[in-house]
Amino acid sequence: MMVTPVVLSFLFPLMGTLILAFSAGRLGPRASSVIGVGSVGLAALATLWAVMGHGGGTEGVTLWTWIAVGDFQPTIGLAVDGLALVMMSVITGVGFLIHLFAAWYMTGEAGITRFYAWMNLFVFSMMLLVLGDNLLLLFLGWEGVGLCSYGLIGYYYQGLDNARAAFKAFVVTRIGDVFLALGLFLIFMELGTLDIATVLARAPELWAEGSATANLAALLVLGGALGKSAQVPLHTWLPDAMAGPTPVSALIHAATMVTAGVYLIARLNGLFLLAPDVMLLVGVIGAVSLLLAAFAALAQTDIKRVLAYSTMSQIGYMFFALGVGAFDAAIFHLVTHAFFKALLFLSAGAVIISCHHEQDMGKLGGLWRKLPVAYGGFVVGGAALVALPLVSAGFFSKDEILWQAMAAERTGLLIAGLLGAVLTGIYTVRLILGTFHGEPGSDHARHPEPGTSVFTHHLPLVVLAVLSTFIGAWIYPGLGGLFPEAPGDTVETGHTLLQVLAMGAAIAGLALAGWLFLMRRSWLDNITDKGAGAGLWKLWHHAWGFDALFDRALVRPWQWSVRMLRFDFINLFMNLPALIARAFNAGLVRSQNGRTRSYAVVMVFGTTVILLALALAPGGGA
Amino acid sequence: MNGIPMEHGLILASILFSLGLAGLMLRRSMLFVLMSLEVMLNSAALAFVVGATAWNQPDGQAMFLLVITLAAAEASVGLALMIQLYQRYRSLDLDAASRMRG
Repeated sequence: MMVTPVVLSFLFPLMGTLILAFSAGRLGPRASSVIGVGSVGLAALATLWAVMGHGGGTEGVTLWTWIAVGDFQPTIGLAVDGLALVMMSVITGVGFLIHLFAAWYMTGEAGITRFYAWMNLFVFSMMLLVLGDNLLLLFLGWEGVGLCSYGLIGYYYQGLDNARAAFKAFVVTRIGDVFLALGLFLIFMELGTLDIATVLARAPELWAEGSATANLAALLVLGGALGKSAQVPLHTWLPDAMAGPTPVSALIHAATMVTAGVYLIARLNGLFLLAPDVMLLVGVIGAVSLLLAAFAALAQTDIKRVLAYSTMSQIGYMFFALGVGAFDAAIFHLVTHAFFKALLFLSAGAVIISCHHEQDMGKLGGLWRKLPVAYGGFVVGGAALVALPLVSAGFFSKDEILWQAMAAERTGLLIAGLLGAVLTGIYTVRLILGTFHGEPGSDHARHPEPGTSVFTHHLPLVVLAVLSTFIGAWIYPGLGGLFPEAPGDTVETGHTLLQVLAMGAAIAGLALAGWLFLMRRSWLDNITDKGAGAGLWKLWHHAWGFDALFDRALVRPWQWSVRMLRFDFINLFMNLPALIARAFNAGLVRSQNGRTRSYAVVMVFGTTVILLALALAPGGGA
Repeated sequence: MNGIPMEHGLILASILFSLGLAGLMLRRSMLFVLMSLEVMLNSAALAFVVGATAWNQPDGQAMFLLVITLAAAEASVGLALMIQLYQRYRSLDLDAASRMRG
């Protein structure tokens, strides 16, 4: 049994959080960094130990019973299988590299202790999410990561926009969480348990395939996954979440938390297979999200927002894979995406700090000679994002996804995926050219201060860059035995054709982008400056106007109704006791005038009244 | 001791008590307020002594000792307060120290 390393792997971050939180500012920035980074490093070592000691299959351990109310007895129980180990490795491994980089990134910022306390709590919550053997423990981790996301997006809380972004992320994901909670209620009501293994065993016995209950349960769980993973229509929070520090974006909003929805659906695969219609919906939502986000990424000027939309787009690919029943391919892409997107975000962080918090592409440019490490990170990460054939990690996972879609004969989805691959090439080239080539747009970009720390700046970037190449695809163990058979596992016809198509799409995107941005730049600028081109640019820049739509359709009517309800008559009754109390208060305050003589008079008067009352009371007279 | 009737002693005590009470309520100088308090305490003590004598009970005498002790303690605290009052406000007027409101 390998309880010790697994328990240690999430206890270290918890201890880190507790030490940092209870230090109440007594620790200096250096000590905070050592504790914050060290705890995740130890967790990564514990995870490595757990991976080495894992004998295959599912190993479970129940630590204790959490709540015991009649039949409802969720436990604090862990289930360790291949999927959990892969997720743990990503969370602690990539997480450790990001924490290490954060030690460089956050130098000189106020509130480093708070930063690391939240980051460690996040790692702890995320570990609970992937390790829990029942849905309630999973939900605890699910809410925990949402809370940490809120705290870290609003890290620079003195800016009102940052606080708003944090609030928006919290509220929008909460809408999804409500669906998930309802889904859990339904599952418990119908199946009588929340234990994941039991749920997956009982569901096919009690629910017919395609029955209304199965569809509803899968739909509610999907709602939670959409909110957490920023898929249409609950995706609007992710671009705004870039208000947080860049390591936060790398860890939470690229590598781990936003992929929790993918993990959830993969974990509950049996439930979704009972609802083929919902499965189709998952695939369609993934395809729609990947296209919408890819178009939006084309028209962003902030480098972090480009990466945010590309994250949404890549998670769209994962949902797309889940939708065609290729759970292994989805998790494969989750892992490679964690590598290359963390690399891209950290490289972006290196650029942002070197250029004094300048992250507008219009004001950057010409940096490739001055920031070679960040440039290398962008090129390798970008190649993986574009799925450059054979040399990048992204190619192998994306190819697998597209192949599964083809094998499942979902031609519409396949075409969307290929189109997305072309768009990915275009926006990635635009991002790299805009940031590193051309003329510098500001003094900050003309005189950048490159990071020099080998251990906290170069090392995380280099390790992630290595993992973003084909090496990252090689070390992925494959989870074939854990999931139901995917459509492409048995057939082989057409695989070569598909690979050629996928390579063609990636290279077409790159070539098209190179032609557009290098040869026809002025023509392109002309188009986007006026007429329909400018309108399209504006539409994409605002990501198809979802924010404005939700603002008009939901937020404003809600605020209007709140304003109306503020002065309703029932409230007057509720306020009456308060008014009376306030009147009494005003009277009594007046008696407290600070003059001892008047106190004496009042006392004498009171005493006289009491004595008189005693004397005159029937039977009490002396 | 039998020459004085109990009523006379009690009437004297009541008069002293009323004088003290009036002084407490009407005087503005803290010195006089403290003196009024002493007068009230002593009037009560006198009532104890008179009662004890009239009914030949020693309890009243014991109470008298307690009241005297209390009066001494009260005087020390009161005088310390009075010194503080004078140092802060350069006056013995109690109404000067009426900043506490509400």
